[in-house]
Amino acid sequence: MLYNPPSPLEVKVLTRRFGLANSASLETYLANDGYLALRKAIAMTPEQILEEMKASNLRGRGGAGFPTGMKWGFVPRNSPKPKYVVANADESEPGTCKDRLLMENDPHQLLEGMLIAALAVDAHAGYIYVRGEYRYLIEILERAIAEAYERGYLGGNILGSGFRFDAYVHTGAGAYECGEESALLESLEGKRGIPRIRPPFPAVAGLYQCPTVLNNVESYAAAPAILRDGGAAFAALGTAKNGGTRLYCLSGHVNKPGVYELPMGFNLLRMIEEVGGGVRGGKKLKAVIPGGSSCPVLKAEECDISMDFDSLAKARSMLGSGGVVVMDEDACMVRAAMRIMRFYAHESCGWCIPCREGTLWLKKILMRLEEGGGVSSDIPLIGELARNMLGRTFCPLGDAAAMPTIAFVEKFREEFEAHLNGGCQCPS
Amino acid sequence: MTLSAELEARFEKLLKSYPPGRERSAVVPMLLYAQDELGAATAELVEEVARRTGITPLQVDEVVTYYSMLHRRPLGKHHLQICTNISCLLSGGAELWGHACKKLGIGNKEVTQDGQFSLEEVECIGACSWAPAVQVNYEFQHQMTPEKLDRLIESLRKAG
Repeated sequence: MLYNPPSPLEVKVLTRRFGLANSASLETYLANDGYLALRKAIAMTPEQILEEMKASNLRGRGGAGFPTGMKWGFVPRNSPKPKYVVANADESEPGTCKDRLLMENDPHQLLEGMLIAALAVDAHAGYIYVRGEYRYLIEILERAIAEAYERGYLGGNILGSGFRFDAYVHTGAGAYECGEESALLESLEGKRGIPRIRPPFPAVAGLYQCPTVLNNVESYAAAPAILRDGGAAFAALGTAKNGGTRLYCLSGHVNKPGVYELPMGFNLLRMIEEVGGGVRGGKKLKAVIPGGSSCPVLKAEECDISMDFDSLAKARSMLGSGGVVVMDEDACMVRAAMRIMRFYAHESCGWCIPCREGTLWLKKILMRLEEGGGVSSDIPLIGELARNMLGRTFCPLGDAAAMPTIAFVEKFREEFEAHLNGGCQCPS
Repeated sequence: MTLSAELEARFEKLLKSYPPGRERSAVVPMLLYAQDELGAATAELVEEVARRTGITPLQVDEVVTYYSMLHRRPLGKHHLQICTNISCLLSGGAELWGHACKKLGIGNKEVTQDGQFSLEEVECIGACSWAPAVQVNYEFQHQMTPEKLDRLIESLRKAG
């Protein structure tokens, strides 16, 4: 089901089957180029698959933006250990709601992507780690897997090739931290989701300490199009070093919030104006979180920017997971920073002290500023605390909490100062 | 402990989903599916899952206390989860949360006296573009308003 009307500006590659009758069924998938890429991949060598993936300039859609083809290439194919393919469907970065649609509307595309990865690294089992709240998607995925087994797209002898691959769905049970790759693996092994120290990276020692390809749902979902139409064709949809399209989740103060598939490098202001129908209520734009709550906020005047990993990094933010949160002139930046920090304090797994204590203290300070109990020394204290978290934790959650907070204070310091006198008096 | 045939089948399938000797991997799914049926991750369930996966009850307890969806005490028959994270906050999620508390006369993770409803202020549930979002048990409700929430509560109450 689609929850928002599409935009005429969309370039539909991963979402091309969205809206078709029974789009999640194998029947519809096969009638619309489904599993053609798998047939092609079976006839290719692993090196050729990796070459296409590298040529596509696909970068990890979970948030880090690491080149997917290169990541697959790190898996030691000749390892005597079993190898695994794991899909990260623990979508929980605030502002992000795209993997949900990819699994709901086209689960076979994800399975086909995982199969292509399996062929590339010689893996024979794969797990889709789905956040517990997405139970209805687990049912959809289980149906898709059953259909694929029936028709020989999964199992012991895939399409008569002799290649074996088994796919399983695994449910989480509520933990943002399990979206972090190493914590996800701990969770998949039946433990608390705490991060592992790296190196070794999952490509070498992942699930059960075996070589593991671990990617976001959207990254796998791009693989069939890349193999079908060629890596170069996918790359050409985007900009240099940022291949393809991606699913942007527009939310907040826009007239037409929704998930839209747009080329990499789409201009952010244009996205808000032309895809999102402009700021709600004719108000002025104040700020945008460009890629989910971990990404430092951009002021309105910074929003004339190409939405790709490198341009956002240059602007000292991140493209992240594609969650574009739009805030109008009345939005309170202290309240936004406080709510985001409440989230990180709740979700910190507690393993690393700078994150566990830092998020808690930042939450306390931001809450008292919001409520009117703040003192002037609180404002520099926020920056000091946050900076002391940076780079001092096993996983990126500490940085994910600290970086946006530093940006909120640096860019909207006058709002924090205004809150010293009686707390929040913002219009909304 | 005796489980329903459905849950027995689910457990069996889960235990076969992981390589031999890796049955521990099934702990989180087993707990969540069993909790859906039993209402809570009880001490008895913890023992049972430990026995079936070959780990200690303490190792299962460690898991129960980590994941926010697992709980030791039963929640309401209809568990209303209201997101107030950033996208929902910008679209009235906090006001919706306040309204729900008032309407049901309970607070976060509390249950109404008749056991029909419970409330939880949740973190992002992946419905940001259709905010504010609510989940009733596993069912999503998008673009909620206080009025729509009232109607939803009434219809759930009637359905019993």
